[in-house]
Amino acid sequence: MKYTEEHEWLRLEDAIVVVGITEHATTQLGDIVFVELPDVGTTVVKDEEIVVIESVKAASDIMAPIDGEIVEVNEALNDNPSQVNEDAIGAGWFFKIKPSDPSQMDGYMDEAAYNAFIG
Amino acid sequence: MSDLLHTPLHDLHVELGAKMVPFAGYAMPVQYPMGVMNEHTHTREKAGLFDVSHMGQVIIEGSNFETVALELEKLIPVDILGLAENRQRYGFFTNAAGGIMDDLMLANRGDHVFMVVNAGCKDPDIAHLKSNLTGLTVSEIQNRALLALQGPAAERVLGALNPMAANMRFMDVATISLAGAECWVSRSGYTGEDGYEISVPSDQAVALATELLSHVDVEPIGLGARDSLRLEGGLCLFGHDIDTQTTPIQASLNWAIQKVRRTGGDRSGGFPGADVILAELANGASQKRVGLRPDGRAPMREGVQLFAGLDDEMPIGNITSGGFGPTVGGPITMGYVPIEYTAQGTAIFGELRGKRQPLTVMALPFVPSNFKR
Repeated sequence: MKYTEEHEWLRLEDAIVVVGITEHATTQLGDIVFVELPDVGTTVVKDEEIVVIESVKAASDIMAPIDGEIVEVNEALNDNPSQVNEDAIGAGWFFKIKPSDPSQMDGYMDEAAYNAFIG
Repeated sequence: MSDLLHTPLHDLHVELGAKMVPFAGYAMPVQYPMGVMNEHTHTREKAGLFDVSHMGQVIIEGSNFETVALELEKLIPVDILGLAENRQRYGFFTNAAGGIMDDLMLANRGDHVFMVVNAGCKDPDIAHLKSNLTGLTVSEIQNRALLALQGPAAERVLGALNPMAANMRFMDVATISLAGAECWVSRSGYTGEDGYEISVPSDQAVALATELLSHVDVEPIGLGARDSLRLEGGLCLFGHDIDTQTTPIQASLNWAIQKVRRTGGDRSGGFPGADVILAELANGASQKRVGLRPDGRAPMREGVQLFAGLDDEMPIGNITSGGFGPTVGGPITMGYVPIEYTAQGTAIFGELRGKRQPLTVMALPFVPSNFKR
C-alpha cells in the first residue's frame, strides 16, 4: 500500500491500482452520504479532481493520484456510500486505474511514513 | 481556539470526546464520537442533550408585564400583550425595510419577559433593545447555562427528575427544581421534536447535564446534528434562511404574526417595517422560502443557484440551507424562489459543480413535528 498526503491509499493489484481514502480521512470527514465517481474509460491526469465526496458536513474532492485510465468504479457506493466509513480500505474503495506510468507510485509514502505523517 | 469563549459545559464536552469548533465566538461541540448521523437519529428516536449556552438569555423588566409587552411590540411584530403568563412564543426583530434582524423566543414570566436570542446577534440585539425601549431594564443573564433536551424520551427523562416537567404543554414555561437546581424550563426546542430548553445556574449546569446523560436514553448531541434536525424540521437558521434582507412574509413566517398585529387588528403595525410587511401580508411577497428536495442523491448546500430550466441563463433564486437529512434518508434544502415557483411539486434545477440537477418544491417540514400541544 502507498499513501498520499491527500489521505488516499493506492494498492497495486495485477498492474491495476485500486484507490480509496484512509480511515483517518473518513474519521475527519464524518458520515459520508454521497460519492460522485468518474466514468469508466476516462483518462485522468495526476492531481485532477475526479471524485466528489459529500459527508454530513461538507463536500471534498479527491484527486487522481497518478496518470492513467479509469477501468472500474465502485458502483456499490451509489446506493451505500456509508461503506466508505465502515470499511475504508476494503469495500469502500473508489476506483481502479490503469497507470500510464507506474513509477509515479514510487513518490508516495509507505504505511510507516503515512502513520508518522498523520501523527 | 484560546480566544474563544467557553460555556459552563466546555470541559464536559471535551471529556465526552467532542470535536470542538469555533461558533459565534464560542468553542462548541460540533459532534461527539457517536457521529452526526447517529446523533441525529438518536434524537429522533430517544433523546439528545444539546448545550445551547452560547445563545443570549435576556430579561426585560418594567413596572408590569403590560408595559413591557407594549414596548416590545414596537420592535417585534407578534402578539406579546396577549401572551398568557408562563407561555412562550416565537418572534423576531424587524428593521425599517421589513427585514429580520434576529429571530427569538420570548416568554411572559409574570413581572418580566424572558427572551432567548441567537448567539451571533446577542450584543446587537441587547443594544437594539436598550436604545429603543423606554422605561424598561434590559439585562443579559450571564450566570446561567442553557441546555436543550430533545426527542420523544425527553418527557420521560425530565419527568423522572421532576414530575412537573411532564405536565407542561408545548410552549409552557415554568420554574422548577431539577437535580437541586432552580431551572427556568420551557417545553420547546429547535429540532421539530418534543422537548425542553432548560436555563440552569452555571455552577449547577455540569451536575444537571451529567444527571441527564446518566439516563440510558440520553446522548450528547453536537451542532452538526442540531443543524440537520432543524433543517428537517423546516426551521430557519438566522444568517442563512433569514436575515436583514428577507421579510417574515418572504420567509414564510406569516404564522408568527398574529391577527392582532395585522391590518385590521387592535394593535396593527407599529413595528419597524410594518408598511412593507403588512403590504406583503395583504398582497403576497414576490419570493418565498420553500422546501426543496434534490431528486438525486447529491446534497446541495447553501449558495447553490436555482434555475427554472436547464438552459436559463438567469438564476431564479438560491439555496439558503442544505445538506443530508438522516431521517428523510436523502438530501434536503430550503431556499428562496419567485412566487410562481412555490407550488408543491414544482420542478426546478440547482447548479451543482457546473451541472443542472433537478429539485422538487416540497411542503415543510420534511419530517412531521412531534410537539406535545
